[in-house]
Amino acid sequence: MKNKKTDVSAGVLKTIGFKSTAGNKIITILIPILFFGICQMLVSYGVLGSLFEGLLVPLCFYIIMAVSLNLTVGILGELSLGHAGFMCVGAYVGGIFSFITQETITSPWIRFPLAILIGGLAAAIFGLLIGIPILRLSGDYLAIVTLAFGEIVKNIMQNIYLAKDINGLHFSFATAIDPAKLDMATKVDILKGPMALKGVPRDANLIVALVLVVITLIVILNLIDSRTGRAIMSIRDNRIAAESSGINITKYKLIVFGLSAFFAGVAGVLASHYNMVTEAKKFDYNTSILILVFVVLGGLGKMRGTIIATILLYALPELLRGLQSYRMLVYAIVLIVMMIVNNNPWFIEQRKRLKAFLFKNKKAEMEEN
Amino acid sequence: MSYVEINNISISFGGLRAVDNFFLRQEKGELHGLIGPNGAGKTTVFNLLTGVYKPDRGTFFLDGENMTGKNTIKLNHEGIARTFQNIRLFGNMSVIDNVKVGLHNNNKYSAAAGVFRLPKYFRTEKEMNEKAAELLDLFELLPDKDVLSSNLPYGKQRRLEIARALASSPKYLLLDEPAAGMNPNETADLMKMIRFVRDHFDMTILLIEHDMKLVSGICEKISVLNFGQLLAQGETSQVLRDPEVIKAYLGQ
Repeated sequence: MKNKKTDVSAGVLKTIGFKSTAGNKIITILIPILFFGICQMLVSYGVLGSLFEGLLVPLCFYIIMAVSLNLTVGILGELSLGHAGFMCVGAYVGGIFSFITQETITSPWIRFPLAILIGGLAAAIFGLLIGIPILRLSGDYLAIVTLAFGEIVKNIMQNIYLAKDINGLHFSFATAIDPAKLDMATKVDILKGPMALKGVPRDANLIVALVLVVITLIVILNLIDSRTGRAIMSIRDNRIAAESSGINITKYKLIVFGLSAFFAGVAGVLASHYNMVTEAKKFDYNTSILILVFVVLGGLGKMRGTIIATILLYALPELLRGLQSYRMLVYAIVLIVMMIVNNNPWFIEQRKRLKAFLFKNKKAEMEEN
Repeated sequence: MSYVEINNISISFGGLRAVDNFFLRQEKGELHGLIGPNGAGKTTVFNLLTGVYKPDRGTFFLDGENMTGKNTIKLNHEGIARTFQNIRLFGNMSVIDNVKVGLHNNNKYSAAAGVFRLPKYFRTEKEMNEKAAELLDLFELLPDKDVLSSNLPYGKQRRLEIARALASSPKYLLLDEPAAGMNPNETADLMKMIRFVRDHFDMTILLIEHDMKLVSGICEKISVLNFGQLLAQGETSQVLRDPEVIKAYLGQ
């Protein structure tokens, strides 16, 4: 402890460096860009089959899902099991918007960004709606509520009947629309209960999807590395201390729920504009868990790890197709091994050594040159 | 009116009167000690002053303003900061980030400014870094600024907690057993440090402590709590000679 009653000299401040995180972030953003660039190249040279090409855009929306879920689970520290529900909202709202407006707004360059915004905002509203009642919950209870939310959204979407005719839109819940109300000559069914949403224009392609991945990453990485991000992480680490440091817990929790749902919605819009058929039953509990697996294996709160885990684990079942019925068995074993490697102290030590070794070699090379 | 005025605050949990008619006057820059046996209600007094509990009765004024019944966040904005008996740091964040959370309400920019990296972000972050470094330097934690706070040794964690509390530029600092678990050398350092904080920041401090050396060494006045009731209050040397206090707390 210093005994002198002096102000810190400016000299001390000049000599200490503040780590810039910009370089780290750029690497994180470059990983998906390079990966998809290389994949696209390999596909166009015929090294990889067209089956693989079809996986690239879905991979993009799974990355967006995983990164946005990591904001809730890794940064805020609240377990959410209903992330696919927000994706479902985005997929339907964005998809219906594009379906209805495809004749009025013909340019996909205007229509698709609008669909993204509307789908994302609709999901964000749902995120806030679910966020308000569960503010007092945390841990297991919050997980259960979000799980139920995901199932409710899925079931609601499966019971909506929506049709369009010359008089405008007709809506019915749980029962089919009364044919007497419809002008049969101009009638177009949009949603027919449990039947899938079809006929959404295919506005999404790999470039668009990649741009959305990059935007998501920039927004979320910058948010984490800012005053807001620190406030969110302080809630995760110690709620009581955060409160007595003057952090408004309600506000920051709602920001996270809203933003995380927004990006899940964006991923949903991307999905409905890429897959020609959007089925509500695809956005179920299993999808939420799948994304949670990507997040947990990639590392809670670690966006780069999440991206890599998503790429590996999404591609893996496809690469294992040759194993046929043993496919899911091998997949499960790989998951367990990854979990152990990620958390075992011995493995962590070895990984650090390897890193130090590689880094030293690089340095030596640079010195030689 | 005194700088800190606590008038007869009381709280009951069920039938138990945890704190009964506690009162306290403190002038600016005064260091007051709060002692008493385990379960006497010392930490409950802190929880009442920081809005964790709402008092059933009584009032609390700081610098002439009524603080009674405000919530924790509001009280922090009004200038009350505390440390905890069991250390509560943000363990997965770096040392400097812990202090920057303390600066949260002093240096503001919007979430949008952070996301879109507006000039305001860079300006404010630079200010925050400088302020945080200054505080860390005072507590000799600057070399550890990028270490995860949970990896710090115990004594440094205690110091970091005080640095974080000071980052919100409080008017009134509440320290809950800062010397708990420290060895005599560390306690001696801590004593110097608390005195330094008081002199350097002209801070008004209320301190809970069991280490009588520390209490008699730095507190001008003390209050003794026993079963939620004020047993004695006044000049440290006088109170510690009070036969009632000796009987209830110090032992013969």
